[in-house]
Amino acid sequence: MYRAKFSDHLILILGSLFLCMPVVVAFMTSTHTAADIHSNGLSLAWGDNFIATYEKVLTQKGGFTGDITGARMVMNSLILGIGFAVGKIVLSMMAAYAIVYFRFPMATLSFWVIFTTLLLPLEVRIMPSYQVMSDLGLLNTYTGLIVPLLASATGTFYFRQFFKSVPEELLEAARIDGAGPFKFFIDILVPISRTMIAAIFIIMFVYGWNQYLWPMMMTTDESFFTLMRGIKSILQVWVGSNIPDYNEAFALAVLAMLPPVAIVVIFQSWFIKGLTESDK
Amino acid sequence: MAAIDISSVGKIYTGGVRAVSDINLDIKDGEFIVLVGPSGCGKSTLLRMVAGLEAISEGTVKIGDRVVNEVEPADRDIAMVFQNYALYPHMTVRQNLEYGLKNRKTPRAEIDARVNEAARMLEITQYLDRKPRALSGGQRQRVAMGRAIVRKPAAFLFDEPLSNLDAKLRVSMRGEIKRLQRRLGTTSIYVTHDQLEAMTLADRLVVLSGGQIEQVGSPLDVYHTPASTFVASFIGSPAMNLMKAELQGDKLAIGPSLISLNGYAPTSGAVTVGLRAEDLRVVSGDEGMPFTVEYVEELGSQRLAHGVVGDQAVTIALSGEAEITDGMRITIDPSKLHFFDAETGKRLDARAPAKAVAAVAEPVG
Amino acid sequence: MAYTTLQPQAGGFLSRLGFGNKARKKPAAAEEMKRVQFTSPVLPYLFLFPQLAVIIIFFYWPSVQALSSSFYIEDPFGFGSTFVGLSNYTDVIFSSEYQSIALFTAVFTLLVTFLSLSIGLLLAVKADRIIRGASTYKTLLIAIYAIAAPVSGLIGMMIFDQHVGPFVKMMSFFGWHMQVGLNYYDTAFAMTVVAVWKQIPYNFIFFLSGLQNVPVSVREAAMIDCRSGLRRFWTVILPLLAPTAFFLLTINVTYALFDTFGIIDVMVKDKPANNPVTLVYKVYADGFRGNDIGGSSAQSVILMIVVFVLTIFQFRFIERRVHYN
Repeated sequence: MYRAKFSDHLILILGSLFLCMPVVVAFMTSTHTAADIHSNGLSLAWGDNFIATYEKVLTQKGGFTGDITGARMVMNSLILGIGFAVGKIVLSMMAAYAIVYFRFPMATLSFWVIFTTLLLPLEVRIMPSYQVMSDLGLLNTYTGLIVPLLASATGTFYFRQFFKSVPEELLEAARIDGAGPFKFFIDILVPISRTMIAAIFIIMFVYGWNQYLWPMMMTTDESFFTLMRGIKSILQVWVGSNIPDYNEAFALAVLAMLPPVAIVVIFQSWFIKGLTESDK
Repeated sequence: MAAIDISSVGKIYTGGVRAVSDINLDIKDGEFIVLVGPSGCGKSTLLRMVAGLEAISEGTVKIGDRVVNEVEPADRDIAMVFQNYALYPHMTVRQNLEYGLKNRKTPRAEIDARVNEAARMLEITQYLDRKPRALSGGQRQRVAMGRAIVRKPAAFLFDEPLSNLDAKLRVSMRGEIKRLQRRLGTTSIYVTHDQLEAMTLADRLVVLSGGQIEQVGSPLDVYHTPASTFVASFIGSPAMNLMKAELQGDKLAIGPSLISLNGYAPTSGAVTVGLRAEDLRVVSGDEGMPFTVEYVEELGSQRLAHGVVGDQAVTIALSGEAEITDGMRITIDPSKLHFFDAETGKRLDARAPAKAVAAVAEPVG
Repeated sequence: MAYTTLQPQAGGFLSRLGFGNKARKKPAAAEEMKRVQFTSPVLPYLFLFPQLAVIIIFFYWPSVQALSSSFYIEDPFGFGSTFVGLSNYTDVIFSSEYQSIALFTAVFTLLVTFLSLSIGLLLAVKADRIIRGASTYKTLLIAIYAIAAPVSGLIGMMIFDQHVGPFVKMMSFFGWHMQVGLNYYDTAFAMTVVAVWKQIPYNFIFFLSGLQNVPVSVREAAMIDCRSGLRRFWTVILPLLAPTAFFLLTINVTYALFDTFGIIDVMVKDKPANNPVTLVYKVYADGFRGNDIGGSSAQSVILMIVVFVLTIFQFRFIERRVHYN
């Protein structure tokens, strides 16, 4: 039996402080006024400007053209996150179904065409991707924001692995029960994938919500700005201003990290145990 | 209900691997057929070809009067019970039972009637609204059977349905399957690797090995006249003793002993002789074969003594109280001997004539 | 595989599904196709079509374009382009600016990988031992797991802000007057700290579950065989963690190379001139801001090769381990 030493706790406390303090500081500081922050620095104490700051960030029109509010950015981030997650699930489930449950001549080729995409991150082909979007006239559209991000096989991969772990007898029983390919997919496969779909939805939502480089390139029209894009532009406004809007920048950061942090904390046992264990 | 006619059926997988060859089997309406054999003998493949889950490479399968080679599984009018039950985990028991009927557009009233009847028959009525994961193994097994019963199919196909259950439950479910099949009178094909299950369930046994039929017959036929050493060692527990021996005229030399067959000589030269453990008797004096006991298994009603005659392993079954001593001698009624070809393992002849006089075993040298 | 980091939040999931470090555990049978499949002349293509269409338009087309435009110089005003062979590549490789950025990228990658792995491991080992308060520690240590890179960049910028940043104020007591955004090394320091900060929870989660997968019986056997806790850790626990560590190594390298873009972009505030940046940032800056399509494409291709080599490296390693198992 191991007896915990004081030093163990010390290291864990220091580690927790190192990881969490910046987030706490960001939130606390966002409740102060900009002038207050400017003269007193960042703060760990609750300020009295919470409502004012967040109201301003969410409702006041800002940006260069002055027609984007924080609420709109939250909205756009949600659209990107949800749209991406839903698109990913629909496309990849269908593709994985074809690959696992059908015998057809092009199966192997299709498999490789799809899974090669795992090799190259979007970052290294960002310029030509941008050009393709601009050729297709999809700049500053939700389609342009979401669809190109779907061009990767991660979701297909998860579903393929999951489908392969589904007992074969289920398909055999369904066939004897008179279910064809569509019926089996809708009646059996989709319902038994519910947990899997939920898990992938959460992961993909956070991934979409966190997108930065792609929205930054794709959207010049401020009404399409996401929170991440907003962070970039609030910093650009700072350059040259007397007292930067520290509180607003922090408030924006807090809004941007709220869903990811909440999801991880709520689903933490699943993240710690489930993520790395082989599926049951 | 229907007869099933399997003629010249074979299965060759892509890549040329042959799993089953030249199977001929006439299954009568209402008959309970058990396919038995070790794993990899092709029994499941054969069943799955009947079900339509596996394409038939050679020959034809007829269910009733219809050749079903190209018919979809759903249209073959069969029902199947799987080893892992294959219940739909997201549906309640009732939905599991209904699913196949709904897909074939059975009227609602009819569905309800059949589901309720099957549930009553299997005593799962109180579980109808539960999901499979809330059921025990035995209950799931019943639901799987129920799913087959509600279809009112021409034939039931069972693919090792009891092997996921614990030993005790297996015995009681075995009885229940037999009872249901008798009551419904539905033609059934049942696959198992458990010879005891095969013996107790079958009207006729089909013993398979290496993708071919070794023997077809009633359980007692197969037990008493095994067609080959393979069947002899597979059916019956403990397995039949198989000993190398030599026929010299009507004298059989086993190890150090010589048994007179009183004029009966199925062949001459080297031969494999089969002796059931329960046919061997202990004799006093210096008759019979010397038997050296190595260890004893107590079964309560019986004790199995494992040992050697000469240098060949032999097991004998004794009554629970029988005494076991060093330097025992054993003998057998020659009419209970089974003769197999030493090379091919095929049965040589019917058993030695009953008129053969009790063995006079003489020690050699 | 290297590409797991494309979706850092999802990375763990890949391995859960048997793709990452757990691939070896899958029995061979799991790799086989289903015994029974549907056959249909149209349906599989119907199901595949949306995914394939998206991938061909938004993956293969741009990738091929990157490759082809790396051999051309494009007129900045859009009046056609000229074939220049490999000169984009030679220009890139021999430019001293590119070389110094490549050097920084290497050092940055090395530091971020080493620091975030070792801190993650240290915390995981401690958290694994503790019983009292374990779940609180775990919650705190993984809470920031999924925070986006630019958000961490923004927070980092504030902590290291010249006027209000607490860290800067603290350091000035020791005579270090940090000028993040102006001084090359100060910026590099801040970037590294932020990049390490963001990656620790990821490594923590994987190391912790790796530790928890070490069978209790093995630990107990080691307790009986070896008195020193530290020695036990080095000789028994760490070797058992090696697969996890190796998997994380490639994940962390790809993280430092690609996923830190958001941090860097926010922290250099569009003034890359006297600030350290990584290769990915340069691809973006040259192509998007500098309008040097050819040069940027050549850099893209070079990065593709780096990713490719990393992936092969990992594939081979996994293959070898499968063999040993």
